[in-house]
Amino acid sequence: MKIFHFIIFIFTLVLPGIIHAQGKNVSTESWITSPGILGTIVLITIVLVVAIIIFLTHINSYLDAIKKRQEVKTRTAFDDELVALEESHIDTILEKRKAALHYKLKGNELSGDNEVFDKKGLIQKITNDPNNAYFDEKKKTSLSLETPEPLKKIVIYYIGAAICWLVLGTLIGQYLGMKFIWPEMDNQSWLSFGRLRPVHTNMVFWGWSSLAMIGLGYFVIARTSNTIIHSYKWAWRAWILINSSVILGSIFLMAGINNGSGEYREYIWPVMLLFAIALVITFFNFYKTVAHRKISEIYISNWFILASLVWTIVLAIIGYLPFYQNGLGETVIQGYYMHQGVGMWFMTFTLGLVYYYLPSALNKPIYSYSLGVLAFWTQMLFYTMIGTHHFVFSPLPWWLQTTAIVFSAGMFIPVVAGTTNFLMTMKGSWSHISKSYVLPFFLVGTLFYFVGSTQGSFQAFRFTNYVWHFTDFNVAHSHMTMYGIIAFFLWAAIYAILPKLTGKEPPQVLVGAHFWMAFIGLFAYMVSLMVGGTYKGLSWIEGNAFIESVILMKPYWVWRAIGGSLMFTSHLIFAYNFYYIVKNRKQVLVSEATKPVEEITV
Amino acid sequence: MLNFHKEHKNLVLAALIIFVALSILVAIVPAYQMQATVPIPSQEALTSQQEKGLRVYVSENCAACHTQQVRGIEMDNMWGDRPSLPSDYYYSKQRLDVWRQSPSVLGSERTGPDLTNIGARQPSDDWHLMHLYNPRSVVSESIMPSYSWLFKEVDSTAVTEEDVVLSIPKEFFNKPGKKIIASQEALDLVAYLKSLKQTELPDGSVPQFIPALKEIQTGNMGDGNTGTGPNGAKLYNATCVACHQANGKGVPGAFPPLAGSGFVNDENPEMLIKIILQGYDARSEFAVMPPFADQLSDAEVAAIATHERSSWGNDAPAVTEEDVKKIRDYINNELNQ
Repeated sequence: MKIFHFIIFIFTLVLPGIIHAQGKNVSTESWITSPGILGTIVLITIVLVVAIIIFLTHINSYLDAIKKRQEVKTRTAFDDELVALEESHIDTILEKRKAALHYKLKGNELSGDNEVFDKKGLIQKITNDPNNAYFDEKKKTSLSLETPEPLKKIVIYYIGAAICWLVLGTLIGQYLGMKFIWPEMDNQSWLSFGRLRPVHTNMVFWGWSSLAMIGLGYFVIARTSNTIIHSYKWAWRAWILINSSVILGSIFLMAGINNGSGEYREYIWPVMLLFAIALVITFFNFYKTVAHRKISEIYISNWFILASLVWTIVLAIIGYLPFYQNGLGETVIQGYYMHQGVGMWFMTFTLGLVYYYLPSALNKPIYSYSLGVLAFWTQMLFYTMIGTHHFVFSPLPWWLQTTAIVFSAGMFIPVVAGTTNFLMTMKGSWSHISKSYVLPFFLVGTLFYFVGSTQGSFQAFRFTNYVWHFTDFNVAHSHMTMYGIIAFFLWAAIYAILPKLTGKEPPQVLVGAHFWMAFIGLFAYMVSLMVGGTYKGLSWIEGNAFIESVILMKPYWVWRAIGGSLMFTSHLIFAYNFYYIVKNRKQVLVSEATKPVEEITV
Repeated sequence: MLNFHKEHKNLVLAALIIFVALSILVAIVPAYQMQATVPIPSQEALTSQQEKGLRVYVSENCAACHTQQVRGIEMDNMWGDRPSLPSDYYYSKQRLDVWRQSPSVLGSERTGPDLTNIGARQPSDDWHLMHLYNPRSVVSESIMPSYSWLFKEVDSTAVTEEDVVLSIPKEFFNKPGKKIIASQEALDLVAYLKSLKQTELPDGSVPQFIPALKEIQTGNMGDGNTGTGPNGAKLYNATCVACHQANGKGVPGAFPPLAGSGFVNDENPEMLIKIILQGYDARSEFAVMPPFADQLSDAEVAAIATHERSSWGNDAPAVTEEDVKKIRDYINNELNQ
């Protein structure tokens, strides 16, 4: 009930904004106080504040550790002093003490050659050689899960291929970002901005995010159905198809063969067909596995994952069928396709993953199962209707635009439901933020889920669209969602599960470096383009010459490139971490297997 | 009956059916409706060369940075005289071939200018070719890539009659004995770009833009050089600056300077007005100037001429709307006879 009150409360807060946004006369005099822009600023501040809190908690626990070490040092110094005391001096002191307490210390209780016993089993790990003197050590997770070897291999190979695409795809993205500053970097047709941009977007979409999602999905499907995957062979076939589709698609795009510039469907249909077949195979495999589950209930993750596969298959078919795509028919489908590609495929699937990996990483159940079900149905209902908000004020029918704007506001329901569910699941485990390297990823993903989606809804309002549409703000928004939400959740899930599959944990300093570089990089990227995009829109509204908006963007493009470099570097670190987790995996597994069962915690 | 928690078949079927139903409602039905749009009666189909140019436009993915939609809001007025209509896309948005669908020319990013009306705004072949070869040779602050692979570098001796030779300033191309000529693809692309013009509506009606910035509409009128009427500096920046540059110095070897120009500074503005209205092609060392009579009103031509005559060290008397009107009438009479 509480949740519903909360949702209604949010709605009443936002409603005046929606009504205002529908007005036919928009004035830019007080643009800064318009609900959409104000809302966005508030949302960004939320992320910033939470990031600062995470940072402070880390600093705090680090300071605590230093303090403790200091205390230990003083104590040791005191011990040394005691040991170094001269006999006669000791005698005098002891005499004094004896006189006072009739009690005498031997002086070697805390040192000496005596063997150490931990009678109460309090000490977990003894080391004379700490990993790193400058960082707080995170708690070790219990390693090893009982998982069939073929499944482990599938998960690792899907994620491994995904990481190759992530590194290559973001390298290309970074290169594209630098072209804004140095347009003459190269003069090769196949490296030109127009051809390379879709290579970047499609590679990180279909290569990185999709492969990582499906790989992580295989584990969830098998685990929550308490059974084995229907067919490992088909999983491998889908793996080959998806990778071939990304390879071929990228080559075609660089050769100047694209499907007509429609965003995210630049791959020509024979190439996308490979991807679609892989989706059908994956769906069939997942569906059969769920059908043979050994428990009666279908866990909520599987709702999201199965549905996202079904929806995306439908989406690919509608997006590529030719019968209604001449004239602006294509534009209607484009709005529908590009938004659903993000909403029904990446968002839905990833939410399904979070519903499993978040509670399992915290070793507790999800806060509310029903809220998950509510989020599921509303996700389908609202997300499907909002594609046309990419074409506000365009020649598309006004009713279609209005529908899109109204349902964009409706997106608050699934978003608030999801965010509440994740945050309430984390509640009570906040101490994990400083103790684990998985939870910060989940927390940032959740925050961006709320902030990015809500900001997107704000952006659909007519006024904010007026200022932001066509500017670099869109690029900031798409990175906030595809990177801030999807990539962060995927990283959280990967760091949560892979060490358990291989029995090897990555160096914690490097996971921390990955987290902070990705986060700070994204923030620099996002804020610079948001601020620059806003100024650009205002410059257009004022009727200034177009080239002025190009000139004013230059410093923001530099900051974007700096943020992008940090993001790209973090991916290199991530790739190394992955390598570290999976290398020599077989040997680790053998040594784990020889351990007695009771030592393996699941 | 519909226990989604336990019946996987029902769950998946329900998700599928509802999604397909919503998709039909919100995507397929409106798409069919939009596809049924007919062209405006006076709208011209693409010629086969323009059609080829459109394919180059798609191959190079120009839509990644250039939109082709004038939205129904005041700020987009600078890109066209009226908001875009579904009919405008009738000829350009047809399926390309069996492999590729109808091109998404509307775009979603305006990293570069909107191209809906580029054919009217920038009708000069030479400008387009130079701009494609190296955008910074005509727009110094541009960040657009150079499309040098659409051009060929040949020996001066090998240049034939049919070749279109570019007059690139030395700082962008300096190889003695060599010339840059446009490939067929570049010529096709320019033909396509020049075809991008808004068709006038048959009954002369102009759909209204949603007004937004009252202060601009009323407040900014006064900054023009003439005190009233259109703002000459702004019009110059929108219409002339691409070739003659913001400093009025033009591009050596391609576009003549206006600063210190005899025509511009002539006491009698007749020749200057004639050139603006009719275009100019008397000097072989410079590119052809296209006529602007159809695009600019008398008041606008006067404002531009006055701005040119009073900027960059030029000092000649202002031009009035009446001057322009007189010359326009004279030209029209001459043509009719």
